Amino acid sequence: MRHILAALSAALFAAPAFAFEPTDGALGMQPAATRIAERIHIFHTFLLWIIIPITIFVLILLLWVIVFHNKRANPTPRKFSHNTLIEVIWTVVPALILVAIASQSFPNLYYQDVPPNLQMVQDKAKTLLADGKSAEYERFVKEYNPDAAAKGFVNVKAQGNQWNWTYTYPDITDEGGNVLEFVSNPRHVGLESDPTDAGPRNLSVDYPMVVPAGRYIRYYTAAADVIHSFAVPAFGIKTDAVPGRLNEGWFLVEQPGVYYGQCSELCGVNHAYMPIEVRVVPQEQFDRWAQLMLTGDYDAATASVQNIASIEPATKFAAISK
Amino acid sequence: MPMDEVALDHAHDAHDHKPGFFTRWLFSTNHKDIGTLYLVFAMIAGIVGYTLSGLIRWELAQPGIGPMLWIQTQFFGLEGDAAVQHAKHFYNMVITYHGLVMIFFMVMPALIGGFGNWFVPLMIGAPDMAFPRMNNISFWLTVAAFVLACISMSIPGGSAGNGFAGGWVLYPPLSSTTGHPGPAMDLLILSLHTAGIASILGAINFIVTILNMRAPGMTMHKMPLFAWGVLVTAVLLLLSLPVLAAALTMLLTDRNFGSQFFNPAGGGDPIMFQHLFWFFGHPEVYIMILPAFGIISHIVSTFSKKPIFGYLGMAYAMVSIGVIGFVVWAHHMYTVGMDVDLKAYFVAATMVIAVPTGIKIFSWIATMWGGSIEFKVPMLWAIGFIFLFTVGGVTGVVLANAGIDHTLHDTYYVVAHFHYVLSLGAVFGLFAGWYYWFEKMFGIKYNGFLGGLHFWLMFIGSNVLFFPQHFLGLQGMPRRYIDYADGFATWHHWSSIGYAITMVATLVFFVGLAEAMIRRRKGVANPWGEGATTLEWTLPSPPPFHQFNELPHVTTKGGH
Repeated sequence: MRHILAALSAALFAAPAFAFEPTDGALGMQPAATRIAERIHIFHTFLLWIIIPITIFVLILLLWVIVFHNKRANPTPRKFSHNTLIEVIWTVVPALILVAIASQSFPNLYYQDVPPNLQMVQDKAKTLLADGKSAEYERFVKEYNPDAAAKGFVNVKAQGNQWNWTYTYPDITDEGGNVLEFVSNPRHVGLESDPTDAGPRNLSVDYPMVVPAGRYIRYYTAAADVIHSFAVPAFGIKTDAVPGRLNEGWFLVEQPGVYYGQCSELCGVNHAYMPIEVRVVPQEQFDRWAQLMLTGDYDAATASVQNIASIEPATKFAAISK
Repeated sequence: MPMDEVALDHAHDAHDHKPGFFTRWLFSTNHKDIGTLYLVFAMIAGIVGYTLSGLIRWELAQPGIGPMLWIQTQFFGLEGDAAVQHAKHFYNMVITYHGLVMIFFMVMPALIGGFGNWFVPLMIGAPDMAFPRMNNISFWLTVAAFVLACISMSIPGGSAGNGFAGGWVLYPPLSSTTGHPGPAMDLLILSLHTAGIASILGAINFIVTILNMRAPGMTMHKMPLFAWGVLVTAVLLLLSLPVLAAALTMLLTDRNFGSQFFNPAGGGDPIMFQHLFWFFGHPEVYIMILPAFGIISHIVSTFSKKPIFGYLGMAYAMVSIGVIGFVVWAHHMYTVGMDVDLKAYFVAATMVIAVPTGIKIFSWIATMWGGSIEFKVPMLWAIGFIFLFTVGGVTGVVLANAGIDHTLHDTYYVVAHFHYVLSLGAVFGLFAGWYYWFEKMFGIKYNGFLGGLHFWLMFIGSNVLFFPQHFLGLQGMPRRYIDYADGFATWHHWSSIGYAITMVATLVFFVGLAEAMIRRRKGVANPWGEGATTLEWTLPSPPPFHQFNELPHVTTKGGH
């Protein structure tokens, strides 16, 4: 039965519509799969619109002096060494630019860093709708999803080890009270014996982390030995995994698919070989996967998430590749 | 200041006795000779650090593990999986020592030990440093530290090879016995303690010299900007290095004497090391750039034939960069799990530093404005610096924002940022100073064509090397990786091509050095004309063994 399932899934493997792994020759960030990442894209574009003109401005000034103030063009140097007005301008204008950056930067930071209070999300959405404030409601649901909030957090802990990840779902238990916990090993470790047909090189794992789409995910990071770091660029998250410390983060992914990340803190010889693979699947598929994992049949569980059934993403963000 | 207002030091030429060879070079108490020793040392260490980065780019030019594995099988006789594991450790070790060597044994010795020692006393009209013998101690301790670091590369570090392989930041538990049980890390700690002592003693020397030994009439506000830069640098060294020393000592006792500072099982915290390290580490990056800022000010003024624009603004911009640099350290730690309000503070404080830095960039341009610029070799490097440091600086503003740093931390975007401000900033300042003061130090002329060729090749090579790394970082390429996913291949390939171009540049540099030494074209006291207004240009090239036995009197209005 397992073999038939495996064969079927291999045949029906549905690749995600957008590449949530590095693309050769790309100039910008990986496409955004969360609102966190989308806001980072927008902020980065905003920053580029500031730093590129500034750099070009400095370049133009330099070229100007090179062409018009060289020895041949200007044999007699001027003697000035002060100009209060311009000194004030080039102090105040950069300060104002920094204030403008900060005005976008701090909201982003607080949005990412503070897991939303799901009760408050639901209450606020209800209030806005009841008061008929539709424009404000639209803005609010761009950032917070009241339907997802109603379902509560899905909690998962990622513990970094030398050199793999242990994923624990503290709320998912079998009848005996055993918690769902498993180790996710890399498929490629740089050895001769590495498989050549096992998914993207240096990114794929044997048993991925699976989460349901359209749900608030609260993740925790921990470490068994040295410092590691749990990162998924497409989600816009990166949180260090420090021994003796439990760090917390959150994300919400609307679109089902496969997303990759890599350990982001030097942790020894196989630092480059402990990737993170997250499969986001519809709720029913997630529940089925969790049940299969609890029985201990990791292969069947993993096979059941090879073919990711697409759902209509409620999201407003397409893949922003910038 | 005009040269006729200074008493030239001819009186003692006839009695310019230099000590015998060993006394002169092993037991020196002469700031000029010690400066030369530091420059030669930095050149040697620079070759080591540059070779290490060559290994990195060689490995990363193609996906897969290639050259690192070849080295293990050819030179260490290993095979199979053991060879691969050793190759991975070796790569991590190479990146670690590349950082350590370039920072502690190349940039700092060259800028502070080399140019600082050579020119601070000359510029302030002093006969030597305040503590000439301690000056020598600082140099030889630096040499000893470098030797210890090199030895640590070749003794067991962990289970998979020699040397410490945990990054120049030395984070525990990877740097504790958990991650690296072997003696390499302990020897490395000794090396860094030694280098730290050398720098602290040197810092004391510079501070006392600058505060006490300025020639009559040279108030602080008439002091050349390079001396200001070295003064601020020395204060940063004095205050930050003891904290690094403390962190290293705690690591040493954790490793050997049962303390638990960074071991959570014993009540300690690995993050405390990061706070202590970066409290040193952030001022350290300003330590590396401030002397270069001073050099650029001198060169831009000289070759524009104008006084530096806004002298006081420039001096106090350096002071404020130094002061603020002490309260921004945790922007290196945005992902460790810090409280969000604390992160917000560090974002704000970090962004503030952009203001004095911007003042400097615009002031250099304003110095050139209305000038009569000659594009001699030092000026090429200085103009290159101004543009490229701006590029590095703006990516720093991007990284200052924790919201986006969460995505970019520990990626190649950070590597690109700091190499722009270091390799294309501090190092360009270094070469600028080298060509500016070469004739003064050695009494011979360099070949202008070769100097210009060196500049252009380095400019092109370093940009091809480091600019694509911004793209790699944005796409998510993590740091300190021996191998990468296939989607990163193109930009890594280009980056390695850039390195190859810098190899040609470096070859040209050494050819130029050899050419100058062989041809021995006689140098003059001031090859740069009216724009060179600081005291070192009033002395012969090279200066006499002892200068300013009669102190010069400074009478001009001030500002340079």
